[in-house]
Amino acid sequence: MKSRTPGRTSRPMGLKAGRTMHAGPLTYLVLAVFTAVSLAPLIWTAVAASRTSGRLAQTPPPLWFGGNLFKNLERAWTEASLGDAMLNTTIVAGSITIGTVLFSTIAGFAFAKLKFRFSGALLLLTIGTMMVPPQLSVVPLYLWVADLQWTNQLQAVILPTFVSAFGVFFMRQYLLQALPSELIEAARMDGASSLRVIWHVVFPAARPAMAVLGLLTFVMAWNDFLWPIIALNQSNPTVQVALNSLGTGYIPDRAVIMAGALLGTLPLLLAFLLFGKQIVSGIMQGAVKG
Amino acid sequence: MSETAEYAETASPGKGDAAPAASGSRQASPTSSWRSRLYRWDIKASPYLFVAPFFLFFGAFGLFPLLYTGWASLHRLELTNLDDSTWLGLENYTNLLQSDYFWNALGNTFTIGVISTVPQLAMALGIAHLLNYKLRGSTLWRVAMLAPYATSVASASLVFTLLFAWDGGMVNWLIGSVGIDPVNWRESSWGSQFAVSSIVIWRWTGYNALIYLAAMQAVPHDLYESASLDGASRWQQFRHVTIPMLRPTILFTVVVSTIGATQLFGEPLLFGGTAGSKGGADHQFQTLGLYLYDQGWINGHLGRASAVAWLMLVLLLLIAAVNLLIARRLRKDR
Repeated sequence: MKSRTPGRTSRPMGLKAGRTMHAGPLTYLVLAVFTAVSLAPLIWTAVAASRTSGRLAQTPPPLWFGGNLFKNLERAWTEASLGDAMLNTTIVAGSITIGTVLFSTIAGFAFAKLKFRFSGALLLLTIGTMMVPPQLSVVPLYLWVADLQWTNQLQAVILPTFVSAFGVFFMRQYLLQALPSELIEAARMDGASSLRVIWHVVFPAARPAMAVLGLLTFVMAWNDFLWPIIALNQSNPTVQVALNSLGTGYIPDRAVIMAGALLGTLPLLLAFLLFGKQIVSGIMQGAVKG
Repeated sequence: MSETAEYAETASPGKGDAAPAASGSRQASPTSSWRSRLYRWDIKASPYLFVAPFFLFFGAFGLFPLLYTGWASLHRLELTNLDDSTWLGLENYTNLLQSDYFWNALGNTFTIGVISTVPQLAMALGIAHLLNYKLRGSTLWRVAMLAPYATSVASASLVFTLLFAWDGGMVNWLIGSVGIDPVNWRESSWGSQFAVSSIVIWRWTGYNALIYLAAMQAVPHDLYESASLDGASRWQQFRHVTIPMLRPTILFTVVVSTIGATQLFGEPLLFGGTAGSKGGADHQFQTLGLYLYDQGWINGHLGRASAVAWLMLVLLLLIAAVNLLIARRLRKDR
């Protein structure tokens, strides 16, 4: 509080303060620099993917596109199996997204609006283990998968992350305020069964949050790394497994590796272009309530 | 009335004797009592049915493995012979605590964690402050800041590995242009840890900035007004209004980042190329996460890997306890 004293003598800034303050040119400049740092590695990935491996070993590194983009993309697609990997990852991430959104919504609704025994303890258990790293479960999961002979099969990476504690918490927080209890009571008075309440009252009210949770879950599932590289290998890979193979010398060609990195990220970048606003607001919502 | 009847039809299609009877205009009393019993049962049981699917999966793939890892850590369990496990007691743990590589990995996890978390959160706070001004195209800026978050660990690590390459790497070329000698980023100890940290910083700064931004927008506006009436400059408002109001959020991001740093795995694995799981030739950037993977799936000691996992959990609980203490302290100070 010492530094307050000189402030008193300085000129008052006027009533416009905090977030209503308009950004000056310096603000735009600094933001532009940070944006450039954010985007440059992504753009350069495309530049590198359009060159040859030999050119990428020379100094200075290429700063503009070359003519080998499609050749490299094709090699990554076929030789590094990224084509199969993208299909696999779509199946995996899609299933996980459906499971997480569906089960998180109904469980989140129960925690937010229904009274039942042990609800407090169960919620605490859910929140308490939300932050446990995946490392704590990979050994038993591996034993199971080996036992069931599920190695290299997609269900081995779908089932363990089919539900999410974060999702339940997220939906609970949303439904607490977005779903008026009177609405449920009114439906109950009309004699609606629980399933009808879920279908006609909860789902419509939860739809915006379900969309956001779906997007966040899809991104997380697409990018999941540790368990997939243990459970799967290059013969039936997800995108991350294929990229891991590339990184550990499967095809020792820098341009093809960059083409793979580009392919593996492209679907998510496209999703960001389309739904960027929703993803941003989803992260910000989760922050305030979480 | 007609609505109730309609409900009874759809809700209990299988219970042949109850539903069709209720669809008449007059309510028969035995049906109605059966239905109200069903209704009461539905009210009572439905919460459990709603949380059941979640807890079924959560128990099987979250809770049970967590405990089973603890059990496995007390056994000799080898990748080559999964059906054979022999009781070892605490031997896996004592072996780990005597291993230089374990302590090396713990130290690396700590230093990489600090190098990646502190600048990341400081920059995120600054960016959030800037994003909080009235901006033209505010959504565009936010989405651009978040683009690295959409990039997977694997993609980002592959790209950064090339940027930090010894031959033809962008970073060495850039620092060379201002007269600094090229650095062997993979082989040097601090260089490799810096490079790995830079991947983490790049991916997560924008995400944390958005979280701070959300918290800043929740700060009551009149706090700034009264501060500026008191003659506080922009910087003083940031220090004496924004930061104190953001304390819970800052603590939250510190906790999340610390947890992320403790389990750091993909970035150093791919940065290391073919020697990835060792964390470089001298284990110079082998983190706990890498050490666990190396013990379990490269050396084949799954029991030992389980012990590493549980030590990781202990470490996280310690960190959580320290955070709780700090949070309580901060609250008392206020």
